[in-house]
Amino acid sequence: MPQKVFAPWDDPAEKPLIQFRNVTKRFGDFTAIDNINLDIYTREFFALLGPSGCGKTTLMRMLAGFETPTEGTILLSGQDIGPVPPNQRAVNMMFQSYALFPHLSVWENIAFGLKREGKDKATIETRVHEMLKLTRLEKFARRKPHQISGGQRQRVALARSLAKAPKLLLLDEPLGALDKKLREETQFELMDIQEKTGTTFVIVTHDQEEAMTVASRVAVMDEGELMQVATPDRIYEAPNSVYVADFIGDVNIIEGRAHQAGDKLQIDWAEGQPALFAQTDKNFDMGQTCYIAIRPEKVAISAERPQGANVLQGKVLDIAYLGNLSTYHVQLPTGHVVKAQQANTRRISRREFTWEDDVWVSWSETAGVVLDK
Amino acid sequence: MRRAILIAIPYVWLLVLFLIPFVIVIKISLSDTALARPPYFPQWDWSLGWQGIKDFFRELDFENFVFLTTDSLYWKAYLSSVKIAVISTLLTLLVGFPIAYGMARAPEEWRPTLMMLVILPFWTSFLIRVYSWMGILSQGGLLNSLLLSLGIISEPLIILNTDIAVYIGITYTYLPFMILPVYAALEKLDGSLLEAAEDLGCSRTSAFWLVTLPLSKQGVIAGCFLVFIPAMGEFVIPSLLGGSQTLMIGKVLYEEFFSNRDWPVASAVAVVLLLILVIPIVLFQRNEQKQREAEG
Ligand SMILES: Nc1ncnc2c1ncn2[C@@H]1O[C@H](COP(=O)(O)OP(=O)(O)O)[C@@H](O)[C@H]1O
Ligand SMILES: [Mg+2]
Repeated sequence: MPQKVFAPWDDPAEKPLIQFRNVTKRFGDFTAIDNINLDIYTREFFALLGPSGCGKTTLMRMLAGFETPTEGTILLSGQDIGPVPPNQRAVNMMFQSYALFPHLSVWENIAFGLKREGKDKATIETRVHEMLKLTRLEKFARRKPHQISGGQRQRVALARSLAKAPKLLLLDEPLGALDKKLREETQFELMDIQEKTGTTFVIVTHDQEEAMTVASRVAVMDEGELMQVATPDRIYEAPNSVYVADFIGDVNIIEGRAHQAGDKLQIDWAEGQPALFAQTDKNFDMGQTCYIAIRPEKVAISAERPQGANVLQGKVLDIAYLGNLSTYHVQLPTGHVVKAQQANTRRISRREFTWEDDVWVSWSETAGVVLDK
Repeated sequence: MRRAILIAIPYVWLLVLFLIPFVIVIKISLSDTALARPPYFPQWDWSLGWQGIKDFFRELDFENFVFLTTDSLYWKAYLSSVKIAVISTLLTLLVGFPIAYGMARAPEEWRPTLMMLVILPFWTSFLIRVYSWMGILSQGGLLNSLLLSLGIISEPLIILNTDIAVYIGITYTYLPFMILPVYAALEKLDGSLLEAAEDLGCSRTSAFWLVTLPLSKQGVIAGCFLVFIPAMGEFVIPSLLGGSQTLMIGKVLYEEFFSNRDWPVASAVAVVLLLILVIPIVLFQRNEQKQREAEG
């Protein structure tokens, strides 16, 4: 039996768990969320990615019920949740600051939501124990929040928000306060927990690597608008705009004018430089402004002039040594700087190029994407 | 060396301003009254040397403390003081908590102003403020004329010279001591905790009982002690606003001292009062320490 790929967003029969319909949120005359339409499906691990202040937290808080949309509706399982107060939504939130109750022990923090539901003692005991086990906190059950480490606190916050088995779990920059190593570990832990519990996760982050690692789909936001919603590989390989291409990872952007040349697009980008060629299914008008976005790892660098569709000559301006990789910044005669990345298969002392060397950069017709905005 | 001096300062302070006067008061409380100046006996006679010291200590006894137990006036006064102090403390809490809560919820830029308003009464003399309460509460006073003119009452209320006036006076006077620590506790409270409580199923009210109140507990306890301890020995308010039947130990002490000129009994009353207050003071210290530990 072939394994079914998890992609409910491609299945028209699938009903979304959450639907944003023309949702706008204003604070005074400031528009924090601008007419958003978005579907999120059951069991998804959905990441909201964007720079600080773009409205990620606001979007979350509308889901949790702490903010009401100025316009539009939000549906949870097909029902408008506008009139439902936060304490009656099947949604739980893990706060950016964790918001653990300092006067309660780890155990009581996790049990807090269950007690409010009026569950009987034995059920609460079992459930809290389950959560403690899931987050590996059994030993700390009796401690107060100020008696445990940052990483443990973060796990308590997660356990507490998972305890009520919400339909939807909101995580607002949950790993922001952790150092890099712990953060990476925790990302996998989160994915593991998401898998085990089958809960739908919506995670807010401004760290693109984190979003790419954990998410089934990523929404890139800017100034209250959704720029692109797609799987991590689509976002990376096929960004729909210069903004998204630039936001996710490293990229070379070259602006030019489009000319249809058979099945390819010819892009004139600078006086006295050879035109660039790219394949695309998008249609461009004659002379329309367009942008080619090429990832540095798809640009080859060589001392001799290579064969290829797009070949440009330049000088090595700078070399960023990243251990396993090196990124060469090559300055073209036009002043443009193209970044080319190469794996360091040899020791650094035997590197082929160094500063001020004349080199060739090249890439194929399919290496880049052509964007119209 | 400098460290030693720095540490010594508070101890010297305590020694000079608390311990030495207290020892003197204890000494007087163990003496007998006398028609002399100062009005008690024995006096330390330096000229007799060692013999004088022995004579001096031979004359000291616990007579005055025994006397306090024989006259029911004293224990009634202590008890009544405790009652008045407890009730006033509760009233202060009842009035002060909502004010502190409102201040902590007010927009940030208003808070310094509100704080100023709370402390503002301290800029006028305490006595003048108590006197003005006499003007407000008396039969022909502001309150009665207002209520009469509004037709709410037909006969003037008798408030002045009753225990009620004492409660009002104490609550009014000590309100800032309640508001400030409670406000400090509430202001520190992280708003996301209340949102977390709501997120986990609390209504606004239950979030208040389960999160706000427990987290302001230390402030409430501190406020209660700061009101209770001085209210216990309060003298000016009961003598100006209270009636003849208002019994408070501070008033008794004053009368023993100035009207009866019985310094030894007055001192004994003061010593017992201090012993009674030591209990809440120790509890207060414990509370402060617990708070520091919780924050540390
Ligand atoms: N309660 C509020 N009142 C006014 N402006 C707000 C409020 N909450 C958020 N904003 C504004 O909305 C914008 C988006 O905020 P937020 O959603 O917190 O961004 P993010 O989480 O993406 O960093 C910010 O410019 C912020 O200043
Ligand atoms: Mg945020």
